[in-house]
Amino acid sequence: MQLTVWTYEGPPHVGAMRIATAMTDVHYVLHAPQGDTYADLLFTMIERRSKRPPVTYTTFQARDLGGDTAQLFQDAVRESFERFAPKAMLVGASCTAELIQDDPGGLASALELPIPVVTLELPSYQKKENWGAAETFYQLVRAICGPLAPKPGTRREDREPNRPARCNLLGPTALGFRHRDDVREISGLLEKLGVIVNVVAPLNASVDDLKRIPDADFNVVLYPEIANPTASWLLRTFAQPMVKTVPIGTGATCEFIREVAALAGIDPTAALNDGTSRAPWYAKSVDSTYLTGKRVFVFGDGTHALAAARIASKELGFQVVGLGTYSREMARDIREAAKGYGCEALICDDYLEVEAKIAELQPELVLGTQMERHIAKRLGLPCAVISAPVHVQDYPARYSPQMGFEGANVIFDTWVHPLMMGLEEHLLGMFRDDFEFHAEASPSHLGGPAMDRRNEASTADVASDNDVALLEAPVAVEAAAWDGIPVWSPEGEKELGKIPFFVRGKARRNTETYAREHGVRVITVEALYDAKAHYSR
Amino acid sequence: MSSALAAVPVVVKPKNAGGCTDAPVLKERGQREVFCGLTGIIWLHRKIQDAFFLVVGSRTCAHLIQSAAGVMIFAEPRFGTAIIDERDLAGMSDANDELDRVVAQLLARRPDIKLLFLVGSCPSEVIKLDLSRAAQRLAGVHSPKVRVLNYSGSGIETTFTQGEDACLASLVPTLPTTTEKSLMVVGSMADVVEDQFRRLFTAIGIDDVQFLPPRRAHLLPKVGPNTKYLLAQPFLADTARALEARGATRLEAPFPLGVEGTTAWFAAAAREWNVPAATLEAAISPARTRATQALARLKPQLEGKRIFFFPDSQLEIPLARFLHRELGMELLEVGTPFLHRQHLASELALLPEGTQLSEGQHVENQLDRCRAAAPDLVVCGLGLANPLEAEGMTTKWAIELVFTPIQGYDQAADLAGLFARPLHRRTLLAA
Repeated sequence: MQLTVWTYEGPPHVGAMRIATAMTDVHYVLHAPQGDTYADLLFTMIERRSKRPPVTYTTFQARDLGGDTAQLFQDAVRESFERFAPKAMLVGASCTAELIQDDPGGLASALELPIPVVTLELPSYQKKENWGAAETFYQLVRAICGPLAPKPGTRREDREPNRPARCNLLGPTALGFRHRDDVREISGLLEKLGVIVNVVAPLNASVDDLKRIPDADFNVVLYPEIANPTASWLLRTFAQPMVKTVPIGTGATCEFIREVAALAGIDPTAALNDGTSRAPWYAKSVDSTYLTGKRVFVFGDGTHALAAARIASKELGFQVVGLGTYSREMARDIREAAKGYGCEALICDDYLEVEAKIAELQPELVLGTQMERHIAKRLGLPCAVISAPVHVQDYPARYSPQMGFEGANVIFDTWVHPLMMGLEEHLLGMFRDDFEFHAEASPSHLGGPAMDRRNEASTADVASDNDVALLEAPVAVEAAAWDGIPVWSPEGEKELGKIPFFVRGKARRNTETYAREHGVRVITVEALYDAKAHYSR
Repeated sequence: MSSALAAVPVVVKPKNAGGCTDAPVLKERGQREVFCGLTGIIWLHRKIQDAFFLVVGSRTCAHLIQSAAGVMIFAEPRFGTAIIDERDLAGMSDANDELDRVVAQLLARRPDIKLLFLVGSCPSEVIKLDLSRAAQRLAGVHSPKVRVLNYSGSGIETTFTQGEDACLASLVPTLPTTTEKSLMVVGSMADVVEDQFRRLFTAIGIDDVQFLPPRRAHLLPKVGPNTKYLLAQPFLADTARALEARGATRLEAPFPLGVEGTTAWFAAAAREWNVPAATLEAAISPARTRATQALARLKPQLEGKRIFFFPDSQLEIPLARFLHRELGMELLEVGTPFLHRQHLASELALLPEGTQLSEGQHVENQLDRCRAAAPDLVVCGLGLANPLEAEGMTTKWAIELVFTPIQGYDQAADLAGLFARPLHRRTLLAA
């Protein structure tokens, strides 16, 4: 048993959902209790997909456990086949169904459906989301392409000299970190090189597309966490070599181009001199001098963490003071890289431990996941997000890849921006006590005099701490000629404090306007709600 | 302003008095697009401010709570999961010893915790991990500093808001006993709403009002044979049963949503305390008047609009009643995960005859019905909202209804606003 407050990865069946959802005509029937449908919202809310994931959940309940959950599962498979007419199906169990051992594979095959049905064995109490995605993609490709395999030992035919080389892009999924844009960027890069993209999978691929995977001359593994097992199997079965360099960062992109060019037998020179690559020059420009030796902490999935550390150190002149990953599968690579940067590797999926490490190292920039972004916020450190787990912010409306030359440009902006902001914050902090900059001052760019309202505020504070003054306040207001400015009663002020901070300012303004317009001199709780009712719409 | 002499409407009709009291209910089984009871932790941990909710479950449970919370704050929250792993399942380690270890680790880290809930999940129930014995054992070790209780939030036992029911029911046996006559308001509401209600009860002349759940673990309400309780939420079947086992009596009333529901709810307490009608009227009239006026401004946006409810929070029937009777919306289908006829008797009587009610869910069939009905507004969970919007429908996500203060007079217009906003937005974007 492990105490967990936040998790970096979901269970392995969520990984399977990422494959099913990425594809256009695959349906996944998941034996699962009520509640597991929460996973739909990852796709519809976080990724803002316009369709529900192609997943049917059996939704068994306690009362079914004594009865026939197996029948429930078979009905769900049959019904979803009829309703959705998929070209292939995935069947499997979530963590609870794994315990009741209904054998989804056997039950589904007993139905003798006229499409490939792939049984997923995803050990929920042992493995996690990325492993589940990798295993699902591998099982699916094996099921679809396995029958097309040449006899073992058959030599792959050489490409005809005039035919352009073809490759597959493997690994992009639904709910991936910038996968959509990476595919576009790398497809463009390959096109520029003169390499034809044969199949992109699983993102937006159909089952028929998977059947064409063996036609390619080689495979590009965009996301090793997801596509490595598949690419290794394709190498063994179809003798398709794979490109292993992940093109994140300018250096890695150039290496990637050379690796692809070598496999495709083309001259990389033109592609290497890409006119859209601005990051290296920006890093060299004198404006970037202040980036030198910034201490950065890097944490994310294995691939993105390795790439980020390399960019930080080699392309921006930062000092990597900490490097870690939650992908245990890539622990060895991370350890090796960390040794190279002279720091200790952190292989861990305990959020609290990562937080403690960051607090201890006190870096000047955190490159992490959304979770490290929150840690950094609490510790007051600048941060940029480099990796899943994803957040609605990680699906920007604009084109924003991580890979290729444009990806390197995006990364430059994304990482340097919080540091600039950090500089600005720092300057503001230095001048905090100046009359123009303190928290109560009206923003200077809005014009008008930079009025010092601090004295006023402190007077009000004293008043609200002083019961006698408050009790007398209405009387005093009553006696004097009213200047038209309403006064908050202590109860009213207290009630206002219960309103969430992000609408409190508006509530205060509205209530005061209401009070002025209606001649209310003292804003009581009743007046507050009268105003609320007045403005509610 | 309103006349102080206006009669207090008594809306609790006798049984079989029409409306939907005996209406047929479409019962369906199939895929349910709802959360499990673990989700309740998201608002319960905010409500009881020194309690910790430890789910004993799988990575899926941890991921569910994290995802359902929507906005992940990533502070160190007062909930967590003891993730069962294969060593526990294979018997390589004793799950009870492991749980004891995790709890000790947790409490050492969080000395501010006064009440610990062990929350059962689907896996813990299937492997028959006895959390009530574990709670007793751990209470022996950690009391009096920390009390340890348990309940189940598993999906095989509970739907979404039923998690709160199970949690509150587990608190009831620990409530101190009293023989004094008192009023208990049952069901979690925002603090600001509780404070409004407390003020109104005081004005009505009922001073001894207690709330369950309490804001702090040691502020437990007292219960006994002279306790009368009002349900503030419609999903508290087990809690009600447990309170009645302690001698408490439920005051029959609709739920305090909208002007009509809120008025009848306060009136039910006033009747029990023999409060003169004029006193009640004087107490509630200002708030009722401004709520009525605020609703009147929203009514043109909602009147005549056709609404379809997917089952979600069990608030659907009171909401439908409010939207129909006070805002003139037309009810196409009112789906609810579970229909408790007794607790909803006053509500059902107020629904228009012929309303299509449904219980349980077969999500595909229900989506077919929804598309065929072409509603102006669909109330549904987060998994369905964007896909339905993409199909051209206007939706209101249901989870907001359990996080937002919606009960009482001064929230009535906010509640209506939750439904008016998506419609308004659609017209803005269409322009």
